[in-house]
Amino acid sequence: MDIVVCVKRVPATDSKIKVGADGKSIDPAGIEFVLNPYDEFAVEEAIKTRETLGSGSVTVITLGTGDSQKELRTCLAMGADKAVLLDASGLPGGGAGLDACATARIVADHVKGIPHDAVFCGRQAVDGDDSQFPSRLAALLDLPCVTEVAKLELSDGRYRAERDIEGAREVVDCPTPCVISTNKGLNEPRYANLKGIMAAKKKPLETIAVSAAEPATETTGLELPPERSGGKIVDSVSDLVAALKNEAKVL
Amino acid sequence: MSSYKAPDFYQIDDLLTEEECMVRDSVRDWVSAEFMPVIEEHNRAATFPADLIPQLGELGVLGAGLEGYGCAGLSPTSYGLILQELERGDSGLRSFVSVQGSLCMFPIHAYGTEEQKQKWLPKMAKGELIGCFGLTEADFGSNPGGMLTRLDDAGDHYVLNGSKYWITNGCVADVAIVSAKLDGVVRLILVEKGTPGYSTNTIKNKFSLRASVTSELVFEDVKVPKANLLPGVEGLKGPLSCLNSARYGIAFGAVGAAMAVYDEALRYSQNRIMFDRPIARFQLVQNKLVWMINEITKGQLLAWRLGKLKESHKLHHSHVSLAKRNNCWMALECCRLARDILGANGITDEYQVMRHMCNLESVITYEGTHDIHALIVGREITGENAIM
Ligand SMILES: Cc1cc2nc3c(=O)[nH]c(=O)nc-3n(C[C@H](O)[C@H](O)[C@H](O)COP(=O)(O)OP(=O)(O)OC[C@H]3O[C@@H](n4cnc5c(N)ncnc54)[C@H](O)[C@@H]3O)c2cc1C
Repeated sequence: MDIVVCVKRVPATDSKIKVGADGKSIDPAGIEFVLNPYDEFAVEEAIKTRETLGSGSVTVITLGTGDSQKELRTCLAMGADKAVLLDASGLPGGGAGLDACATARIVADHVKGIPHDAVFCGRQAVDGDDSQFPSRLAALLDLPCVTEVAKLELSDGRYRAERDIEGAREVVDCPTPCVISTNKGLNEPRYANLKGIMAAKKKPLETIAVSAAEPATETTGLELPPERSGGKIVDSVSDLVAALKNEAKVL
Repeated sequence: MSSYKAPDFYQIDDLLTEEECMVRDSVRDWVSAEFMPVIEEHNRAATFPADLIPQLGELGVLGAGLEGYGCAGLSPTSYGLILQELERGDSGLRSFVSVQGSLCMFPIHAYGTEEQKQKWLPKMAKGELIGCFGLTEADFGSNPGGMLTRLDDAGDHYVLNGSKYWITNGCVADVAIVSAKLDGVVRLILVEKGTPGYSTNTIKNKFSLRASVTSELVFEDVKVPKANLLPGVEGLKGPLSCLNSARYGIAFGAVGAAMAVYDEALRYSQNRIMFDRPIARFQLVQNKLVWMINEITKGQLLAWRLGKLKESHKLHHSHVSLAKRNNCWMALECCRLARDILGANGITDEYQVMRHMCNLESVITYEGTHDIHALIVGREITGENAIM
C-alpha cells in the first residue's frame, strides 16, 4: 500500500507569537518551528501500516520553503521512505498568500501524479486552525474522506474508521483510496530515534518548484488577543455577585 | 512548572548541523516526556529508572558514537549533545549512558576481538546487557596507577583478585570491564556477572547521584577465561582513553544541568512577587541570572569546539580536561545561584535545583577531580608535572 502523508511546518504551540511588520502574518524571529502535532499521528499511522503489511511505501509531502526540509527530515527519521518539498519560495512573498484552497490545489496536482492508496493528513494545522485542507484535497482528488479519525482499521482494502463526535463515537466504513484526517488518540507517535536520523540523511528528499494557484480568501489582518488585565479581589460573596452583574456583565 | 525552554543566548544552534539539532531535539523531547515525570520519585527512593533502559536502547543513545554492531554511528558533536540533554534530566541518567557507551562499549569496540564485539556490543546497544567500569579502588582514586587489583596467569585462565569502589552500575551490570595488573601492567578484562568469586555491594546513603547505582566490586580468586582479556591495549592508557571519552561527554552534560537550573530560576524570578514586583526586576537577581547565562554560553562554546576538535582529529586530552573542569564548575556555581534565587522553595524537591547541585558534587569529582584536571592542563602548558 502506498500512502502519501501531507505535513506542515508550524510554530510550536508554546511559542510567544509576535505579529510581523505587514500586520497580517507572524514574525518568525525567535520562534521554534515543529512538525504540526496532528501530522505526527498521520505519519505514525502510515509507518505502522507499512510495518504491519510488510510492504508499501510512505511518502511525506509539504508545501513550504527550504526551511520545511527540517520537518520533512523528521518524518524520514521516524521512518517515512521519501519526502517531497513543494517549494513555494519562488512565489510572491514565498507563498505567503496561499490559503487552504490554493494549498490544496497545488498539493492535489502533485498527489495525482504519484501512487496513493491512501492520503493521510493531520486534522488541522495548529497555526491557521483552518481544518479545510483534508476535505478540499479529497474533493480535488475526487476521493472519499473521513475526518478527525481516532481509530483506524484496514481489512480487504477498506477502512473502518472511528471518530469522536459530540457525545458519541461514530464508526465509518470507507473504501480505498481515500483521504483520512487524523486526530489525537489514533496512536502514540514514535520518537525519531538516532539510527533513524542517520538513515534519513540517505533517503530521497525531492524539491519541486511550484507555480502559483489562485487563493479563494485573503488574510487582511492578524491581532493578538488583548492582554489579560489584572484580577480583582472582592470582600464577600455579595460583592462578587454584584461585580459579576454590574462590571463583568456576565450574570 | 511549564515545559523546559533550553537557553541559546548566542544562537549557537546556528553552529550546529540539521542532524545535530534533530538528534538533540529527539533526546530532549524524550527526556521531557518520559524521564522528567519519574525522576524526583526515583531520586527520593534512590533507584535508577531501570524500566526506561529499553527505551534508551530504542532511542539509540547507548554507544551512539560508535560505528556498526547496532550502534547509531553519530558524530562526536551529536554524541555530546545527547549527553547534554540527558544530564538536563539528571546526572544519574547521563552517568548511566556514559558508563555504558564511553566506559564499557568504547573499550570493547576499540580494543576487543571480533568475538567479544559480536557477543557484547549489539545487546549493549539495545540495553539488553548492562556494563560497568571498574578502575577506582577505595585507596586509589586520583592515582589509579597504584591499583592493587591483579590478574595472575594460571595456564588456561587468569585468576583475578582485588576490589573496586565507587563503581557506577556495579550491582546491576551483566559485565564489568575491570582494570587489573598482569605482571605489573594494567590490562582491561571482561568479568561476567555470576562468575564464582565475583560479588558486589551497593554503596548506600548517598546525597548525590541518588538515581544512579554506585557499588563495590569484590574479586576473590575469580577464574576468568583468557578470551575475556581485551587484547588491543596495555598499560594505564587503556582505562585513561575510556575516561577521556567519558569526560568529553561530561563537558557537554554539565552544560545541560546548568541549562536546567537556569531555566528554572529564570521562570521563577519572573513569577515570584516580592515587594510587589517580580524578583526578576531586582538588579541583584538579574546579576545572578546574567552570570549564569554568561557562563552557560561560554560552556556551550567550549563543548562545541571540543566536538569540532574531535571531529578533525585534533583533540588532545588536555583540551578535554579544560572543558570538563570548567563546565562542571560553572554548572555547580549555576546551581548555587539558582538555589539562592528560588529562596526557601529551592531547598525542596518540588524544584530540581538541589538535585542537580548534589549530583554535580559527584560529577566535579569523578572522572578526574577539578584539581587533577587543573594539573593536567598545567602540565600541558608548562611542561612541568605537578601531579606526582
Ligand atoms: C558517584 C560516583 C560514581 C563513580 N563511578 C565510578 C566508576 O564507575 N568507575 C570508577 O572506576 N570510578 C568511579 N568513581 C570514582 C571516581 O572516579 C573517584 O572518586 C575520583 O577519581 C577521585 O578519587 P577519590 O575519591 O579517591 O579522591 P582522592 O583521589 O582521594 O582525592 C581527594 C582530594 O585530593 C585531591 N588530590 C588528589 N591527588 C592530588 C594531587 N596529586 N594534587 C593535588 N590534589 C590532589 C583531589 O583533587 C581531591 O580534592 C565514582 C565516584 C563517584 C562519587
